[in-house]
Amino acid sequence: MGHLILRVTIKILFAPIILFAFYVQFHGDYGPGGGFQAGVILASAFILHALGFGLATCQKVIPPNWLPAGMALGVLIYAGTGIYTMLFGDNFLDYDVIQPDSHHHAGQHIGIIAVEIGVGLAVACTMLQIFYAFAGREPEPMDDAW
Amino acid sequence: MLMDDLPVLPVLLPLIAAPIAVLLPNGRAAGAWATLIAWLSFYLAMQLTSIVATAGTVEYAMGGWASPLGILYRVDLAGAIVMTLVAGMASVTFPYAMSSSAAEIVPSQSKAFFAMFLICFSGLMGVVATGDAFNVFVFLEISSLSTYTLVALGAKRDRRALTAAFNYLVLGTIGATFFVIGLGLLYQVTGTLNMIDIHEKVQAAEEDYGRVVRAGYAFIMTGLALKLAMFPLHRWLPNAYTFAPSSVTAFLASTSTKVAIYAMLRFLFTVFGFSFGFADVALAVFLILGLVGMFSGSLIAIFRRDVKMILAYSSVAQIGYMLLGISFATVDGVGAALVHVVNHAVMKATLFLAVGAVFFSLGSHRLSAYKGLGKTMPVTTAVIIVGGLSLIGVPLTNGFISKWALVGAAYDSVLAVPSLAIVLMIVASSLLAVAYVGRIVWAMLLEDPVPGVQAKPVPALMMVPMVLMALLCLYLGVNADGLVDLCRQAAEVLLDSGLGYGGVR
Repeated sequence: MGHLILRVTIKILFAPIILFAFYVQFHGDYGPGGGFQAGVILASAFILHALGFGLATCQKVIPPNWLPAGMALGVLIYAGTGIYTMLFGDNFLDYDVIQPDSHHHAGQHIGIIAVEIGVGLAVACTMLQIFYAFAGREPEPMDDAW
Repeated sequence: MLMDDLPVLPVLLPLIAAPIAVLLPNGRAAGAWATLIAWLSFYLAMQLTSIVATAGTVEYAMGGWASPLGILYRVDLAGAIVMTLVAGMASVTFPYAMSSSAAEIVPSQSKAFFAMFLICFSGLMGVVATGDAFNVFVFLEISSLSTYTLVALGAKRDRRALTAAFNYLVLGTIGATFFVIGLGLLYQVTGTLNMIDIHEKVQAAEEDYGRVVRAGYAFIMTGLALKLAMFPLHRWLPNAYTFAPSSVTAFLASTSTKVAIYAMLRFLFTVFGFSFGFADVALAVFLILGLVGMFSGSLIAIFRRDVKMILAYSSVAQIGYMLLGISFATVDGVGAALVHVVNHAVMKATLFLAVGAVFFSLGSHRLSAYKGLGKTMPVTTAVIIVGGLSLIGVPLTNGFISKWALVGAAYDSVLAVPSLAIVLMIVASSLLAVAYVGRIVWAMLLEDPVPGVQAKPVPALMMVPMVLMALLCLYLGVNADGLVDLCRQAAEVLLDSGLGYGGVR
């Protein structure tokens, strides 16, 4: 099954791609990047794996029914951060309230990281879900039907 | 504590509730959850309206970032009225959807259905609450994208829902693109996205970059006109309304075009204002297209054989009335447009909920299925008659109130078309409404039922919202002073904001 060179390459690339996704995720508030890009990169690692080793293998690692929960959880982490700041008496998404005494606006950093983690989770799950939905479709016209 | 967050809570609540609805065990729980959230939002929106009516416009800085820099939420009276309207419509259509969706939606999708409903609801509330021009685009897209999905979910009963949703998607996206191109042009010359801030800077910008500002204006107005189904740009609406699930049609018909009307008012008056020379051209265009829409919509409605289609085309005609009111650009005119926004939402919700009940019982919304409905489904028939009379504008129904306000406003304004002619046209197009409502009523009351057809009883969850809305039609027709006064005040605030001091006196 499949192409040997492709499969070996995918095995070598898989871990660095995920590592890079986390780099983009956590470096997002200092440089280019952030949750959206990180989520796409993370999902692309699994999509690459599924392309090389088949959809079934990939779905054994991340079952399709996890993904809607992941998407929902991502949005909830984002919104939950906002609600948290609201419950502590500040405006929606006003992160300063997380670390009120800090002179370095540590609250802003913590807040944006929490939000970006939510975005990353939601985006990664959505990307993978879209891929599963398209890849899992039965091919409608058979090859010899032309 | 949380009361300070009132401008943002009715938007946030459904947005956060949507992912939770996906995590709930089954569709029924998701429906109950969505209903609860809608009621809560309705309560909050009413609180907001009462605060805004007494204390004036409220503002809320997202994330604590001050106004021109950050995203500002700004709710004035017109916004509060529309927010209450949207939340009110959500709180009657969501419980209705719990019953109707069981038959119309694939069971495995019903959780996602309610999540989409909540997201659409949140998007519509967001368009109204925000004071940031780009945020309007974001929320407009949130609500539109979820609407395409909701329309497509009607595919279980009729596969044509898929093409209707796709047409709507293409046209809606073109509208959104026009809107965002216009915003981009404005941002280029003013350097800001805050509505009040744009208003302050657009005049100076017009002197230097007149063409860019006018192009931006045209793009924004065209984009919004597509979203609100102004006459020649209405082609997405009839099919989308006809093939969507009944509860979705009722919700969309009573909210989404209304919110787009609100966004247009916001851009016409708050963002550009009267000092902007090009505004007269747009208002003249709205006047003409509003009049043409009134007639063409009603005329097409007369010749349709599908009741949902008749009502959808009648929506195009009714949007014409609202545009007419806006095009007067007087307090009375805009006030009448707002009154009609509320009244039309109530009567169309009544009618579409009743049509959904007939669809539930008989499995069809063709006119031929309505024969003898007066004998088989008396309550639903009564509801349709009340809604139909409102649509015509018969006294003692709310349709009369808005047409009366519109006729009064038309008399008092100086326009390109003589005002007497406009008044006569309003009356004439009401006569066309008599024709298409008459066809439905004729079939229901004067024809014999199709033999052998057994009507399934309508469940209480569908019956109660529908009767409630019919009673509201009658109530707003008898006791209308409160609403008319409120809308007049709202129009005053809205037009004041166009005069250059941003509505803050």
